Amino acid sequence: MVEQSDVRVVRCGGSKINFRPPIISTDSRFLLCASGDSVKVYSTRTEEWLHSLQGHTNQVTGIALNPANHLQVYSCSADGTVKLWDFIDGILIKTFIIGHPLFAIYVSEKHEGIVFLHIVMDTESKKEGFQLVAVHLPKSAEQEVEAKELSAVSSQISPNPSCTAFGREGQYIAFARNLQLNVYFFRKQKTYSFSLKATDKKGAKNAFTCIACHPTDDCIATGHEDGKIRLWRNFIHKKEYTYSTQHWHHNAVNTLCFTPEGTNLLSGGIESVLVQWQYGAGNRKEILPRLGGSILHVSTSSDGQLFCTSHSDNKITVIESSFKVCGVIQGLVKGDAVLTDLMIDPRSKALVLNGKPGHLQFYSLLRDKHLYNLDIVQQEYIYEAGLDQFEVVKAAFDRKGFWLATVEERGQKSSDLEFFLKLWAYDESTQSFVLNTTITAAHTDRIISMCFSSSEETTMLVTTAEEGQFKAWCQGVDADTEQDQNFWSCDFVGSYHNLKPTNCSFSADSSLLAVSFQEVITIWSPDTWELLTTLCQPPGVIRDLCFGQLSCSKYLIATTTENLLCCWNLLTCALEWSTSVEVSKLQLDPLSENVAAFSYQSEHTDLFVFKPNEPRPLFSHKNVCSEKIHRAVFVPREEPLNSCDESSQWLNRSQLYFLTQNMDLMTFSTATEEDRLLSSSRRLVIDDSVAVTPFYLLLGKHRQQQQKLDTPSHPAADKPQQPQGSVTITELLHTPAHVLPAASVLCSMFVSSLLISNTGVQDPLRKEMESSEQEMNGEEEDSEEEMEACDSQQELRAQGSVDEVTPKLSKAQERELKRVRKTDFSWMAGLVDSKP
Amino acid sequence: MGEFKVHRVRFFDYMPSGIRALAYNRDTERMAVARIDGSVEVFHSSDRFFQEKIIPGREQCGIEGLSWVGQRLFSAGLNGGITEYDLTNQKVKYTVDAYGGPIWTITGNQQGTHLAVGCEDGTVKLFEVNEDKIQFERNLDRQKSRIISLSWHPSGSKIAAGMMDMIQIFNVETGHSVHRMLADRGVGTSRSKECVVWSVVYLSDGTIISGDSVGMVKLWDDQTGTLIKSHNVTKCDVLALSISQNEDSLVAGTSEGTVVQFQFVSVVLGKDDKEWVRTRTFKNHTHDIRAVAEITTAVVSGGMDAQLVVRPLLDKIEVRSAASALRKIHFPHRKLVSCARKSGLMLFQYSGHLELWRLGESEGKATPGSSLFVKRNPEKLLHLKVKGEDHIGCSAVSPCGEWIVYSTASSLRLYRLHFDNNNVSITKISKLPKVLSSANQLCFSSDSSYLFSASTQSSVHLVSLSQSGCKFVGTLKPKSGSHQAIHLLAASEDGKWLASANSDHEVHIYNLQTRKVHCTVPVYSSAVTAMGIHPTTNCLFIMYADQQMCEYSIEQNEYTDWSRTVQRKGLHRFWLERDTPCLNVMFNPQNPSHVILHDMYMLCIIDKSLPLPDDKTQFYNQLTLKSLPEEQRKSHSHAFKISKTFKDILFVELMSDQSLVVVERPLEDVATQLPAPIKQKKFAT
Repeated sequence: MVEQSDVRVVRCGGSKINFRPPIISTDSRFLLCASGDSVKVYSTRTEEWLHSLQGHTNQVTGIALNPANHLQVYSCSADGTVKLWDFIDGILIKTFIIGHPLFAIYVSEKHEGIVFLHIVMDTESKKEGFQLVAVHLPKSAEQEVEAKELSAVSSQISPNPSCTAFGREGQYIAFARNLQLNVYFFRKQKTYSFSLKATDKKGAKNAFTCIACHPTDDCIATGHEDGKIRLWRNFIHKKEYTYSTQHWHHNAVNTLCFTPEGTNLLSGGIESVLVQWQYGAGNRKEILPRLGGSILHVSTSSDGQLFCTSHSDNKITVIESSFKVCGVIQGLVKGDAVLTDLMIDPRSKALVLNGKPGHLQFYSLLRDKHLYNLDIVQQEYIYEAGLDQFEVVKAAFDRKGFWLATVEERGQKSSDLEFFLKLWAYDESTQSFVLNTTITAAHTDRIISMCFSSSEETTMLVTTAEEGQFKAWCQGVDADTEQDQNFWSCDFVGSYHNLKPTNCSFSADSSLLAVSFQEVITIWSPDTWELLTTLCQPPGVIRDLCFGQLSCSKYLIATTTENLLCCWNLLTCALEWSTSVEVSKLQLDPLSENVAAFSYQSEHTDLFVFKPNEPRPLFSHKNVCSEKIHRAVFVPREEPLNSCDESSQWLNRSQLYFLTQNMDLMTFSTATEEDRLLSSSRRLVIDDSVAVTPFYLLLGKHRQQQQKLDTPSHPAADKPQQPQGSVTITELLHTPAHVLPAASVLCSMFVSSLLISNTGVQDPLRKEMESSEQEMNGEEEDSEEEMEACDSQQELRAQGSVDEVTPKLSKAQERELKRVRKTDFSWMAGLVDSKP
Repeated sequence: MGEFKVHRVRFFDYMPSGIRALAYNRDTERMAVARIDGSVEVFHSSDRFFQEKIIPGREQCGIEGLSWVGQRLFSAGLNGGITEYDLTNQKVKYTVDAYGGPIWTITGNQQGTHLAVGCEDGTVKLFEVNEDKIQFERNLDRQKSRIISLSWHPSGSKIAAGMMDMIQIFNVETGHSVHRMLADRGVGTSRSKECVVWSVVYLSDGTIISGDSVGMVKLWDDQTGTLIKSHNVTKCDVLALSISQNEDSLVAGTSEGTVVQFQFVSVVLGKDDKEWVRTRTFKNHTHDIRAVAEITTAVVSGGMDAQLVVRPLLDKIEVRSAASALRKIHFPHRKLVSCARKSGLMLFQYSGHLELWRLGESEGKATPGSSLFVKRNPEKLLHLKVKGEDHIGCSAVSPCGEWIVYSTASSLRLYRLHFDNNNVSITKISKLPKVLSSANQLCFSSDSSYLFSASTQSSVHLVSLSQSGCKFVGTLKPKSGSHQAIHLLAASEDGKWLASANSDHEVHIYNLQTRKVHCTVPVYSSAVTAMGIHPTTNCLFIMYADQQMCEYSIEQNEYTDWSRTVQRKGLHRFWLERDTPCLNVMFNPQNPSHVILHDMYMLCIIDKSLPLPDDKTQFYNQLTLKSLPEEQRKSHSHAFKISKTFKDILFVELMSDQSLVVVERPLEDVATQLPAPIKQKKFAT
């Protein structure tokens, strides 16, 4: 068995973007939101995903702009760390290790160097364990710092992070739990608490659901379960506190937010209506209805020009202050359940599953972007509880992505089941699927499974149903209507001893069809519809079956309910091997021979990856998650990884995604991938964290070398510098066209800059020279004035011109500087390092 | 508890009149309430809002404003007169015509020297308050439109007047207008309608607050005459405003039936920079709120739905108790029904007429709780209209059912009833003794041979009745004490004793044979709400407004042992928390230890032979007792047996034939007879 080493379960792609309130950067250009294990940065103008801030090893549970530097953002995660990022460049600046799982982060301008966190103390029981603590972030040059200076603020904290908010100028913090509102004043170190009755005669439900504090006045707005908003004032008095009530929402207020000037209060709830209350004007309000799913969070930009709301259907809406929607960022829509399997659209390589009610959604996991929704049911969906409406329950693509078959169903609970089988053809001109055939009574009972054949000449669909039959559907001219259009019609009806079929699958070349009838697997020839053979391995009903791929196509793998994983050799029609393992999901990688099996045993799920030709697993991962897994899919990679590590080789060509029971889409990431990401960010950190001074030029060089020695195994870090960094090109691009010399003069310089310098036979001195030159480049990138000075200098040197515009060093001085650079100043570096 | 045959009477169509104005006197803690029918009532705010005094109204009186000047109460109305009330004898003292057409508002200054009234003709008239009268002083500058509301600056040097579309500030010295502030009309359709400034309040810091028909509460600066801030409170009218004494809280009553509170709070904590902020909203009314008053610990509001609502402000209350609970006063704290106990007749007192009914009869027997078959329906025998414009103050029917007496502010009339078969005829007794010109309370002796008429100076006139007519016998006068009007009379069954209670909480007991004061019950701090003399023991049982009770033995001239036990042990918490006073005390002749009491929500029998409950025992224990076996019941039962079968009780009386008459007036029936409220959009309708 292979050691599980560097393959990790991560949330990457298709994660929730509505988990925590999104943040708009100070310049209103970027929108940040916590998404799975990373923080995503979007553009507010174009709604495009720019990049992710990756580095956390567990769910990111909170983000907050660094009040001291508006280009930096703090993020906290359940992995127990707080990280500080430069979100524009996507650079990890610092990591603070707290050591407890964190659930929310709050910062305030007045509390510099302190972040407030929700943590769960291990010592206490889970329900009561939420605490609000202040953490002093130590100032240190190191990248990873342990922050152990925790001071508890309160333990009466609601697990809901929107129930905590900072007051005016950070003087107090207000937090609520259930029916109690607490206001903690930092200066006086005193808590005032106010409680409400649980209910009153009129049936009000007074539990707190969210809190917002006015930015300039001492006024706290609280939202309640029955839709009331209370504005609290005078809360430094035990008795003479007062509040006013505003009521519009008919259900719980999910979120409240004051605009930065404090003139308006925004609120949202399940109604999916954004309400803007005029502060101090009683009930005067504006509403923005029909925003989609119910509103979970609202936040505003610091200039008050943009609002953004996140919705329960995994969507972020960007709204202008004039109350116009100006952008929608759609994540992977997750309903209550995924009824269809996870599928990959062979054309777009997009993940396909249930989206909006009655729709299939196409989601690109590579770009982590929602592509489009395909309306399958084509009926108006009525938002009402308890209404039985059509839902897409099955879908299948053929191998080329030209056909899509869907089954929609209504009346699962009641006895009168209604269902349609629909076939969709891909239309090249509209780049979308167009309905081709609707079959109203495909079977007399519910369709259990279906699959397309994958042969080149004809496409065939096989459906199995509970009535005990399987049907093959072919495209052909309908004899009755005699129309030219190719509609689908039934070609063959098969059954086996009136048993209930469970699964069907075509072999890789479509020459065989396997249909399982309870304990028996029948093998049919789709050309002649002849029953070739039956395979049986009682006891246990067949749960899943699939044919092997590529070199293993002679094998048929099946799982049974009696915890058996069997593999038959179809050439010998004999059982090749079988092993006793409870498999809840069997998933085939279409690009390799690998088969992934999720096994649920004693409260946790294990993953085994194996090849059908040998019974030993290639890879196994214990305790993938604590729930049973029913949905998984292999997503082909855009460019294959070339990991040589044995354990992660199976992930080279495609990535395995799976869906947990609480609708988290997880995947496996390999060490190679992570290293690539990490190394790129780490390299950038060195460039950025120290200001470029002549001093740095002397010392930084040394440190960079050290860095290189530290990380020799990262090939990415040693990549040649991108041509953009070249002096010549920056010069070309930055100098106005009318002062540039003739193109012929520049050409040779330009071409030579593109060449990769031959480093093989360089003497150490040359090497040093080059590295110093690179540093120069870095320096030039950072300060433009300086760069121009140097540019002109280089230009002059190249041209041999005598025009001296800017003061510069004489050649002798320059040589002297180079000499000084070459001398070892590492002793000084040691001094600098030891100073803090 | 005992079984009774109960006449459940629901044919008394009593309609309380809407509340038009409120005035609170902070020194005496009295709340004066003016109703639309012209009656004025005085409630004692620290004595559980007991209705101490009722001054019946007149037809066409139309009070628009009430104002206290010191301890004197003035009202003004649409008939153009200013009225002062004689609160001691509970009647109108005099009326002065202001000669300015209908008067819309009246207000006195804080110094207690002047009254200002706003008239239809656009004048603000100042009256000087003299020792015994008021004297017209002068007019302020006459305006074009009527004066709707007035408010004095606390210094008394300026007056703000609300008018149609504007507010004027007058200098009282010169009588000239200082500022004119225009209130804008609303948007939309109401732009063509005039904006009526229904109410103004002048604060000592120079802020003027106005409430208008557009639904705005506006704050103005009197130095510059500019608008500081406006709050949109409602879509309809803001009809009334009231400021708290220390000027940090303001309440506004709207025609939607809501009371909106504004508070003067600091925007930034710990700084003096204060602002008026809208805070709480109370909704206890269904109809227009015509008057609000913020008293020290509560907001009192009244309106067209005729109920007086006392909403406590919890932030001002030190200790929460029954006295500080939300209180709604629907019915007067007086008996409006009297019963002829021996002949089964009931006399209902309306404001303008009397109705005499004969109770129905039933037959058969039924289990407790079920209803009996009605053999004969109740029958209305008489509809007696009042002569003149005054409303009835009190009335009575004699126990034998032969005599009816009623009194208005100006006259007292005595009638004799004749029954021959089914015909009823009445004859008015024409020659009444001169002393019987008017009465505060009327009562017959139990053998119907005497009429007791409570008159001025706490005196009771004694008139003997006979076939031939009536004869003045004498006057009972207390030896000393106050001269407040008597509001309760109780005669003993044997005709020997008469007890009277006046609004200074004094209870005098007279010996009718000697016609002298026999004794005086020690004065308690709370008002007497009901009393009765026990038919066999001749003990006087007294109920007080704070729900305390006492039993006073007339013959021994001291509290009885039981009464002392009650005082020592104290009453149960639940008993003290009830918020309506007990209005009648009855005795069951078959079981002398039983006392029957009722208030608006319950009927109670106190069994003096059983132990008193303490705070640990279950108070409402009827259901528990039912479930217990016979032997254990005894140990669990206590003296108070309470029935909540009947609701909204106006009156209960025990007839001679051991049947109870319960007069109910369901509040739903009252609500259906009210005019339609302002239509409001309700969510999900």
